Amino acid sequence: MEQTLAEKVWERHVVHRADGEPDLLYIDLHLVHEVTSPQAFDGLRLHGRGVRRPDLTVATMDHNVPTTEGPVIDDTSARQMLALQTNAEEFGITLYPWGGAGQGIVHVIGPEMGYTQPGMTIVCGDSHTSTHGAFGALAIGIGTSEVEHVLATQTLPQNRVKTMSVTVDGELPANCSAKDIILAIINRIGTSGGVGHVIEYRGSAIRGLSMEGRMTICNMSIEGGARAGMVAPDDTTFTYVEGRPHAPKGADWERALEDWRSLPTDDDATFDAEVAIDASSLRPFVSWGTNPAQSVTIDEAVPDPDSLGEPHRIEAARRALAYMALAPGTPMREIRPDTIFIGSCTNSRIEDLRVAAEIVAGKQIASGLRALVVPGSVAVKARAEQEGLDRVFRDAGFEWRGAGCSMCLGMNPDILQPGDRCASTSNRNFEGRQGKGGRTHLVSPRVAAATAIAGHFTTPEDL
Amino acid sequence: MEPISVIEGTALPIDRSDVDTDQIIPAEYLKRIERTGFGPFLFAEWRKDPDFVLNDPRYEGASIMIAGDNFGSGSSREHAPWAIEDAGFRAIIAPSFADIFRNNCTKIGLLPVELRGESVRALMDAVLDDPSTRIVVDLRSTVVRAPGLDEVFDVEDFTRWRLLEGLDDIGLTMRNESKVTAFEQTRPGWLPTA
Repeated sequence: MEQTLAEKVWERHVVHRADGEPDLLYIDLHLVHEVTSPQAFDGLRLHGRGVRRPDLTVATMDHNVPTTEGPVIDDTSARQMLALQTNAEEFGITLYPWGGAGQGIVHVIGPEMGYTQPGMTIVCGDSHTSTHGAFGALAIGIGTSEVEHVLATQTLPQNRVKTMSVTVDGELPANCSAKDIILAIINRIGTSGGVGHVIEYRGSAIRGLSMEGRMTICNMSIEGGARAGMVAPDDTTFTYVEGRPHAPKGADWERALEDWRSLPTDDDATFDAEVAIDASSLRPFVSWGTNPAQSVTIDEAVPDPDSLGEPHRIEAARRALAYMALAPGTPMREIRPDTIFIGSCTNSRIEDLRVAAEIVAGKQIASGLRALVVPGSVAVKARAEQEGLDRVFRDAGFEWRGAGCSMCLGMNPDILQPGDRCASTSNRNFEGRQGKGGRTHLVSPRVAAATAIAGHFTTPEDL
Repeated sequence: MEPISVIEGTALPIDRSDVDTDQIIPAEYLKRIERTGFGPFLFAEWRKDPDFVLNDPRYEGASIMIAGDNFGSGSSREHAPWAIEDAGFRAIIAPSFADIFRNNCTKIGLLPVELRGESVRALMDAVLDDPSTRIVVDLRSTVVRAPGLDEVFDVEDFTRWRLLEGLDDIGLTMRNESKVTAFEQTRPGWLPTA
């Protein structure tokens, strides 16, 4: 039978299937971080259970960690980090701790070290696990009870999902990036458009993206409600994976490659839902509201809620504009953020930093602005420093930080103050996401960097 | 996990769509390493508004939450259902839920109930109008009953059985351990290990 990529990966991992039950899937890689795991390890201890496959379990600290030098001043964060360290030691799990070489955002270090490979099942107690789908892996965000389940059994019961294709064909304009593609997709399908589905991103514009760009797109699948997002593996994927520390070597590499080439969706396979987007029509996107579907292109203005049709959308837009302190009709380019955040599992990889650095090189950020660059991992930070990007950012007035989730979700000291407005390369503009009362506008690294220089939303072309 | 069969009580109306888990429990409250004690932080920010419905004494003691479309979107934090459960709720009724949130609820014995949009609207209005309105969620017959409403809801048979029995998922999976072991023998040798 003709199958989609998602179906192929799913079928290969079914351990147990019975009528009226969810499929029991084997999990190839379980990524663990400090926030959603302590209660899972406690559960194991409570029931006298161990970790079935510590060798398929990889832990790091990212959500809470400070991105500045010095001790962890927040006691509760320190307690959570210590708990992960203790649990990793007790259960024999490889941990990349804060302060160590391999540390970073869990969705940045997995691919970077070659743990993430095509055709795998990957889970993590984090909704942005969908990132790893960029490699043609089935990567699913799970809750803490499921973390405990995977630790104990290396499997996960999963109800069957539907498939959705999102085809992005055509040439992406030079001033657009992967972030604009995914913001446009979420704008189109809405925050719940993908519920119950695994999205496969297809089409020439997706094929033309680097792995970093594909990761940005898959990362935000959850913002469209999808269970996961995937891109079929191709030569771009294989070139990225080859030679990384945990990638297959020698004869294994050849065997893996042959297998991975069989993963893409069969020609006659069908999807439960299909969406098509014309890449050539895209423009840079900026969010104006408090969910990631509430966005417009940078050439537009803050919409009038009454123009949005359905009553619940009108009501949601009114509340969002009140929270964001924005008036309908305000051109997006006239909005002036006071904070710029370049980072998060969406846009903190070396390519993102290179793009932003090129834009700010030799320029100064607008006066009064606070601008942060938070690399996704210690390795990304080291690479950027080798290339001199840290100097470029610092000279332009940016703060150059250590690796972590940082201001994406405000669990460490990097937070917005009430009323602060931030141009952020992260993934969520929910109320208070980056700090109580903070106002988030989601943008690409290009727009974030240009906005830092201009002091209002803009693109590099208009500087 | 406590078994669920019939949940009967008053309800709290959260009359908004796209309520994300950052609102249900903001990130700053996720640093506890215990599973309990999150109830006081439920809707921590919205609660600072004295007019927020959770501060209305007429809704005290509610065991059912009624919400808008796409409830529980965003983060996979199970702290969100933990906070709702810790605050005394046993079921949530909404037109739709975010996938991970719904899944997390069923793992801890908090019942997510999807009803048609019009029915949820009617329940919401009834509860807003009269906070003492009593609602029955019967998992045995998969029916929600309230004045003027008697509607069947969908729940997968396996989930229903597990919730009715209060069964631990891990224990259920352990019954298939020999299959897991057999599967492990078939995994390709190139797959990464830590």
